This record gives sequence, structure tokens and C-alpha cells, in this order.
Amino acid sequence: MKFKFWGVRGSIPTPGAQTNKYGGNTTCIEIRTANDDLIIFDAGTGIHQLMQTLLPQMPIDAHILITHTHWDHIHGLPFCMPIYIPGNKLTIYGGQDLKTGEGIERALKVQMQHSFFPIAESELKAEVSYKTVKVGEKFFIADATITPVLLNHPVINFGYRIDCDGKSLFFTGDYEQQVNIYTPEDREYLEFEQMIEAYVDSLVSIIRDVDVLIIDSSFTDQEYQHKKNWGHGTYTAAIKLAEKVGAKKLFFTHHEPTRSDAALDAIYEELLKNNQELVCELFVAQEGLEVKL
Amino acid sequence: MTDAEAKFITYVERMPAFPKSVHKVIQLAANVDSSAKDMVAVIESDPVMTIKILKVINSAFYSLPQKITSIQRALVHIGMNTIKNLALSVAAIGVLNPHNKAEFDTGLFLEHSLAVAVLSKKLAERMGVPLMYSSDYFVAGLLHDFGKIVFAEFMPHEFKLALQQSKEHQIDLHLAELEIMGINHAQAGRMLALKWELAENLANAIDLHHSVAQGDLLVNCVFAANQIAKKCHIGSAGNPIIDALPAELISLFGMSLDELIISLGDMSLIKAEVQQFMQA
Ligand SMILES: [Zn+2]
Ligand SMILES: [Zn+2]
Repeated sequence: MKFKFWGVRGSIPTPGAQTNKYGGNTTCIEIRTANDDLIIFDAGTGIHQLMQTLLPQMPIDAHILITHTHWDHIHGLPFCMPIYIPGNKLTIYGGQDLKTGEGIERALKVQMQHSFFPIAESELKAEVSYKTVKVGEKFFIADATITPVLLNHPVINFGYRIDCDGKSLFFTGDYEQQVNIYTPEDREYLEFEQMIEAYVDSLVSIIRDVDVLIIDSSFTDQEYQHKKNWGHGTYTAAIKLAEKVGAKKLFFTHHEPTRSDAALDAIYEELLKNNQELVCELFVAQEGLEVKL
Repeated sequence: MTDAEAKFITYVERMPAFPKSVHKVIQLAANVDSSAKDMVAVIESDPVMTIKILKVINSAFYSLPQKITSIQRALVHIGMNTIKNLALSVAAIGVLNPHNKAEFDTGLFLEHSLAVAVLSKKLAERMGVPLMYSSDYFVAGLLHDFGKIVFAEFMPHEFKLALQQSKEHQIDLHLAELEIMGINHAQAGRMLALKWELAENLANAIDLHHSVAQGDLLVNCVFAANQIAKKCHIGSAGNPIIDALPAELISLFGMSLDELIISLGDMSLIKAEVQQFMQA
């Protein structure tokens, strides 16, 4: 199994001189199994470039796993050229909307409404199908086993674990560990604390010993003090989770949109300096970076 | 599913929540500075809000290894934003009319439900239930009589008759309901809980809160809490009959109902806690 980052930015694309190194496209990760089956995490703007490179290999058979339907994770979908070309096969996976019960087809239908996009979803030429992801229900894509995990974010968000060819990888999508909504004086404080612990324990048991963790690490600890409940994690929380899980490699991603390459380099250097004893290897996700497992 | 059950389900879909929580939810949602714990407090003090939110989550995530049994637990899994959103969609249905045609006092009903919630959580704590599961006992107590407000709202004439018969002949309300409507509030609640993929033990607690045939601790605590609330006159849900504790429960709690009430200490503290929830 190998994987490649095509978009590592959070919230909004940030092209420009300040972000040339790590890249300005929003979330998209390509995964290739040993058999060359194609699995894609999220369809941020990074998916456009990925799909362009696939044009010579058409017809393609892509499995796109959407973590959640915020723009930065679906915005590239209408710009995947292969969906307009007959013969291609695209299967899009994602959770259902809790209120309406709609499946992941809404990610395309909403974006392709007449006011917002010139082509309607019904006019797609490829064979596009949608699959609803269910909590705790594993599913299979070729030789890969996918385990979806519900993770805290302002909208339903699934992290996905992939097991394939004896290797494993987990991507959080967007994730903030729930903070205790009570203060120590409240009678519910301890009870809630225990619920959070139990939840983290169950998360850890699902992703234990993965080879690679790719985690939403939008904020530094200092920034986080003002960004609680925004739905994003910190570098520190990511490292803690990686340690608990016993992961071999950790990639920080979903870079904060105003974060320049220089700032990211400085943060990375600091993290390496402060975590020299860590068994897990630390990396910053970077557009174009490919990793073989 | 019988006709009565099918009808009941369509009623519940249209069931509005209590006026106070509807207003509070809208108010809190409009204020960016409002705290998550305030929103949780409002939702968990309203049986309609609570059951509808648990419904959406458990129906969608029916394959979760552990059912989501309380609003706090839901929050840990899906975050405040989604919970708030679900509460708003319940609020959008409208408010429960306090003057239903059954002449069933929904204020007293709410007080009774909250009293049973608070008391069954207290009993659970005394029985050594781990802290993180004690909110399940609160929820079970809160929801045990849920079926009654649905009857009051959508089958007012039949329910009024059941209330009258129960009072006049001093028979259990659930027996009168069964005779008049072909379904009682406990059966209706159980059916709903199962259809909505709520936790099995919650469904049991609702179903068996009038019989302690083979109850687990949750059932037993709700049963005892219900009798205590009635005996101490905290709110009212229309049933004049107070059951004694059966032998199994006397040995479980190590005392009779009256002794249990005394051992709970100052009842005015429990009443104050109930009032806090009423005001939440
Ligand atoms: Zn994002
Ligand atoms: Zn997001």
C-alpha cells in the first residue's frame, strides 16, 4: 500500500508564494493498494489535480471516501473530469445527514444546483454510485478493509481505517477531541469526563497499532485556547493520540489557512525538538508527498 | 405492529416539545456565547426533546457497539453543533399545548417525569452504579411515562376516559388505558423505543415500570423511583395507585418503600433539584 497527499490545507484553498512548499489545496489523499486499486480520502480541491493525472489511464475505477460534507472536503467533486466521461466508475462513500436522512449523494447534488454550477448531477456521464457509511460497520474495497469511526466535529464526520496488504492507515478527517462542557464544580463534571475517556478508549482500540496516522492538527496549543469547539485538533493532541495508539508514523494535516510555509517549518522544528523520545515518527503532510508502506 | 401501535408512531412524529424548552433552545441557539452545558440542561429536562434526539442518533447509528443512551453521551460522539441542530428541528414543530382536551396537566406530568429521573439516578448511585452510567438512569426515569403525553395530545378523549376511570375506580391507569385504547403507555413507549433503536434496557425500563417481573437494575430503580415520586407527591402523571415494593426489590434495596424514602434524607432537596430542571 502507498499513499500520496494532493491537498493538505484546511477550510479554504490558499494558493500563493507563502504556501508553495506545503501546498494550498484542500484535503485529498490518494491511496493505492498493492494491486493498484484506487481509494481516495476526501474531495477537496486537491482531487482536481489527482484526477487530471488519471486521464491517460481511463477508464478509471475510483472509490472516494468522504469524511464529512464541509466544503473543503467536497469542493473538488464537480471538478473531477472523469465523472463527465462514459466508462469511468466512481463510488462515493459517506455518512447520511441526520436530519434529512439523505445519503452522500447530497454532496454532489447540492453543489451542482443550477444557481451554483452549470451541469446537473443527473447529467453525469460516468457510472457514479453512492454508498452510505454506517458506524461500526466495516466494508471492503477490493483487498482493503475499511473501518469507519464516528469522530467529533460540528457535522457528522467519519475517520477511516484502511487495512490492506498487511499494512494499516487511519485518517481522522476533521476532528477535535470533545472537551468537558462542565467545570469541576458542576456535579456532572466527573461523569462527563469518564464518558470522554471511555470514548477515547474505544477510538484507540479501533485504531491501535496502525502504521500511519493522518490527523487534523490545525492549531498550536496557544491558538487552541481561542478555538475550542471549532471542531479541529492540535499538534499536541495528535501526538498524544499517536502515542496511545502505538502508531509508527504520524502526519499532521489540515493546515490552518493563514499558516505560511515558514511558520509550519518552525512549528515542525519545535515539535521534533520537544518530542525526541517519541517512538512514533512525525511528519508534516505536504502536497505531492508520496509514502510507501 | 397493531393498528394502535402504527397510529401511535405517526402521532409521535408530530409531537411537539414543552413550551419552556422550545423557547430556551431557540434563544440559546441564537446566542453565540451560550454554553453547551446550558443547551444540554434544557434538552435533558424535556422528555420530548430527549427521546427525539436519541431517536435520530440511534436510528442512524443503529450499529454502534453501544447505544447512545443520554444527551451527554450523544455529545461526546457527535458534538454540540449537531445536537443543537437536532434540538432546533424539534423546536420547529411547535410547542405542546398545556391545555389539551384530555385535561391532563402537562406541567405536573413534567414534574413527575423529572422527579422519577432524579430519583432513579439517586437510587443508581446508592446501588454503586458507576458514575458514567448514572445518566442512563436519569433518562429512563424521564422517559418512562412518555406515552402518556402522546395520548393526551393525540387521543385526548380516550385518555380522558382512562384517567377518569382510574381515578373513580382506583385502578391502575395503565389497565384503564389498555381497556379503552387497546394499548397502554408502557407498551406504546416500549414499541417506540425498539422501533427507534434505543437501548434495549431503556425499552425494558419503559415497558416494565409497572411490573418488576424480571427487571434489571435500571428497571428496578425506575420502578422504585416512580413509587417514591407518587408517594411524596412530586408532580403527577395521573395514576393514583402506589405500588408497594415487591419482595425482590425489598431485598435489593434492603428496605421497604417507606424506609427507602426516609433513607433518601431531606425530600425537599430532591424537590429543589427537580425545580432546577423545571427552570432549566
Ligand atoms: Zn476541513
Ligand atoms: Zn470540517
